[in-house]
Amino acid sequence: MRRSLLALGTIGASFLLISCASDEQAVVLRVSAASSLTGAFDAIEAEFESENPGVDVQYNLASSSDLARQIIEGSTVDVFASADTRNMDKVSTAGFVDGGSDVFATNSLAIIVASGNPLGISGLADLADESIVFVTCDPAVPIGKYSQEVLTEAGVDAQADSLEENVKSIVAKVTSGEADAGIVYVTDVLAAGDAATGVMIPDELNVVAEYPIAPIAGSKNPDLARRFIEFLTSDAGTRILQRFGFGTGR
Amino acid sequence: MMTRRRRSSRSPALVTVVTVTAVAFFSLPFIGILWRMPWRALADVIDDETTRQALWLSLQTSLIATVIATVFGVPLAWTLARIDFPGRNVVRALATMSMVLPPVVGGVALFASFGRRGIVGQYLDQWFGIRLPFSTAGVVVAQVFVAMPFLVLAVESAFRQVDSRYEEAASTLGARPLYVLRRVTLPSIRPALVAGAVLAWARAIGEFGATITFAGNLPGRTQTMSLATYMALESDPDRAMVLSFLLIALSFGVLIGMRDRWLVSALPEVER
Repeated sequence: MRRSLLALGTIGASFLLISCASDEQAVVLRVSAASSLTGAFDAIEAEFESENPGVDVQYNLASSSDLARQIIEGSTVDVFASADTRNMDKVSTAGFVDGGSDVFATNSLAIIVASGNPLGISGLADLADESIVFVTCDPAVPIGKYSQEVLTEAGVDAQADSLEENVKSIVAKVTSGEADAGIVYVTDVLAAGDAATGVMIPDELNVVAEYPIAPIAGSKNPDLARRFIEFLTSDAGTRILQRFGFGTGR
Repeated sequence: MMTRRRRSSRSPALVTVVTVTAVAFFSLPFIGILWRMPWRALADVIDDETTRQALWLSLQTSLIATVIATVFGVPLAWTLARIDFPGRNVVRALATMSMVLPPVVGGVALFASFGRRGIVGQYLDQWFGIRLPFSTAGVVVAQVFVAMPFLVLAVESAFRQVDSRYEEAASTLGARPLYVLRRVTLPSIRPALVAGAVLAWARAIGEFGATITFAGNLPGRTQTMSLATYMALESDPDRAMVLSFLLIALSFGVLIGMRDRWLVSALPEVER
């Protein structure tokens, strides 16, 4: 009896904690965003919500291919921000884009290694070394495709030890010390801070990843969705994106 | 007599409705897969090298995991059922914790323990050069971690229900404790042991979260069927459907097989 009371109490307490934290009256804007946008979009959320009282921006962060599939399968979101044009095209072709999409940010790639680069990895060629634990993503995920392009361009045959789910799990594997190197976005290296070190990939081998954004058809708040997209290209929005390492064409 | 009749004719109607709803709820997702299933792609996908690798890897790792879970789980279950020691409830909670944890959390916990920088993992790497992450052995470790509680719980409750008079009789006749365990106790819990092992196996073959977090995802080395299915969703939904179908068919077959085995071997026990 005491035991079940303890169990009930624990569950009850966690409910209380949740209900205190959420405000009920807010208009919710659901944004499906590529996981590489995580840090920048958190800052965007804070700024956008303070400019638009009563609005609650909620993110669904995953790989762009996951997000595209979810939308095509009928998940209700208001805005989709993809890390590549291919997944945006998939959603658009399936008829889920309301109007058209715009590129609001660009990104490029870097090699992410353990903090301080203990193995002295100096460039793409080092990734071919068998003893280096190198992780990447499946080519279906934007970062996986970009990495493949960059490695092919550099003529490097790097054998991956794992094909991770998305770019954030590549970062996690390197910062946790389980993997030695991965190819990620420049913004991810920046976001990792002291936990990791970035090794530059020269411009002539690098890619420019374009991030398109679009309002999704069937949204209950199409005006709000448009306002969010406009905010990203406003002065305040581009400042935040640049702070997190994105290119904004300005 | 009258009241009993009325009660037994009324309440089943409600029970039937609820049961049908429950069965519909459980079977609809599978019907959905059959409905979406690209039957034409079936042969191609089965013929595919990556599929075979994943299927073979899943079978291999899940069977090894079941054996390990049984070898370690049965003595643990016996101890939990029969030995009264301080902190027994804590041990039981620890042993079954991975059942309620999200598998991804399990994967993170495995990193902290058996990863390259984990409490134990760093020494495995330094002293023996053993690295579990991104290896097939890592897949097995993840599977044992999530699957063993199913066996422990099933076997522990069976140990509790064994009629201790048979064991006492054997002891009185001069049998040593290990002999009693092997020849009297274990045979009488066989149905639960089989059921527990099959449940553990089913959990192991379906393992996803801890595997992809801890062991990574590489075709031929760590990409099991469930990982291959998830990955195929990204690039080739038809392939994902076929892979799901194969996994479902395999697990369904085993569960049905277990049901018979369980009934057939459990019934005579009741008779006796």
